[in-house]
Amino acid sequence: MKSYLRSAVAVYAKDMRLEARTKETFSAVLAFAVIVAFVFGFAFDPSPTVVALVGPGIVWVAYVFTGILGMNRTFAVERDRGTLEGLLLAPVGREAIYAGKLASTTTIMLVVEVLLYPVFLVLFELNLFNIWFVLITIAATVGFSAVGTLFSAIAAHTRAREILLPLLFLPIVLPVIIGAVASTSAALAGDGWGGVGKWLQFIVAFDLVFLVLSSWAFDFVLEE
Amino acid sequence: MRPGYAIILERAIASPTTMTTNATPEALSHAPSLAIDVQGLSKSFGHMTALRKVDLQLAYGEGLALFGHNGAGKSTLIRTLTTLIRPDEGTVRIAGFDRESQASKIRSIIGYVGHQSLLYDDLTPRENLRFYAKLYGLPDAHELVERSLAEVGASTYAERRVRVLSNGMQKRVAIARALLHRPRVLLLDEPETGLDQGGLELLDSVVAAVKQGGASVVMATHGTQRGLALAERAIVLADGRVSLACATSETTVDAIQQAVLAERGASSRSGAQA
Repeated sequence: MKSYLRSAVAVYAKDMRLEARTKETFSAVLAFAVIVAFVFGFAFDPSPTVVALVGPGIVWVAYVFTGILGMNRTFAVERDRGTLEGLLLAPVGREAIYAGKLASTTTIMLVVEVLLYPVFLVLFELNLFNIWFVLITIAATVGFSAVGTLFSAIAAHTRAREILLPLLFLPIVLPVIIGAVASTSAALAGDGWGGVGKWLQFIVAFDLVFLVLSSWAFDFVLEE
Repeated sequence: MRPGYAIILERAIASPTTMTTNATPEALSHAPSLAIDVQGLSKSFGHMTALRKVDLQLAYGEGLALFGHNGAGKSTLIRTLTTLIRPDEGTVRIAGFDRESQASKIRSIIGYVGHQSLLYDDLTPRENLRFYAKLYGLPDAHELVERSLAEVGASTYAERRVRVLSNGMQKRVAIARALLHRPRVLLLDEPETGLDQGGLELLDSVVAAVKQGGASVVMATHGTQRGLALAERAIVLADGRVSLACATSETTVDAIQQAVLAERGASSRSGAQA
């Protein structure tokens, strides 16, 4: 367990240090997210009635698209530069590499998502500074990352990885997207735990299942 | 060779403890007679057969030079020994550990230098080595990192990002990475690539020091003279088969080169007929 944690933290710290230094993933993902939000902002008249209806969907479409963009890079960068072999040659469990990568992907996505809160506030008058929405964001992002990190490793082995990742990722995370949109609608309507709770529990259950499954499957994915 | 690391390497050669293994106590207590024992190893990629029934045994402290033309199977053999590739048939045991059931233990006692440096471009050599030291769980990481950097003459460049280093210096840091945990088996896949004369002398010294410390070295190379000088045994691979296996003391540069050329000619003819 100690070795697992040490290795996972080492991978996470290395990814964060690289990202802080280059900002390659962060800047691309943030720019893309802002563009998506602006496109939606000009696509329709953001009156309060319309925003109440479609606002949660817009938020999560923006998050999912940007998540795909970020996750595409999780293993592609390691593979392109040959450093994935360095990780695989180390005497650490594959699940520790998975955990480190999962944590770094989740962190980058969460930072971008939080930075988008004021953008949605300005463009759509959607106030996402809400404790329930923060919890939904964390739970759904962990779910996206749990699935996305695994599929990113699969897609990194292929030439058409930019196409393959969304094709694999979106059908699997559809339950999380539905749960996130439904719970966001409830949270923004002020329903509290009564409206948000069942969906939040559903997302957390999805997270737990896919964290275990993906961690187990990761060893097979990385085999050459 | 530059004076700084020349002295360090001379000390390393004079005192084998500087290059002895840092493997875990469990790995050390496991001490079979052969460092590498490969039986009937075969590997195919789709329709292309890379290795055909390869047998290979290597004792501790011995060096093996792998020769063969491009595509002969040298890299596939080395990558199979590293556990990066799963064989289709045959058994691989490194220091007695079975590749199928004890791959993680094998990884803890091998060092590998391949075609790519396995270094992160935007980290410095010191940061790269510290990262790998954490992955290997090395208790005295700081000291080992500094020592490894000094051994390859990269201390001066330890705070620059890898991306701004020359190919030769990146290769030196890659060698330092492979030596960081003091492996019992060092696997080198064409390690001369990108090294200048000083770097080549360094490589020779490292291989000698590693062997003197009791570890084994397998080196795939196109440099026949260097391979024969550094190893006790030689193998020529052709189309995934061992076409010649001998002691380096019983062969010559010409004999090896002729064996490689003959097999390359045969491969080209069979390829053209196919």
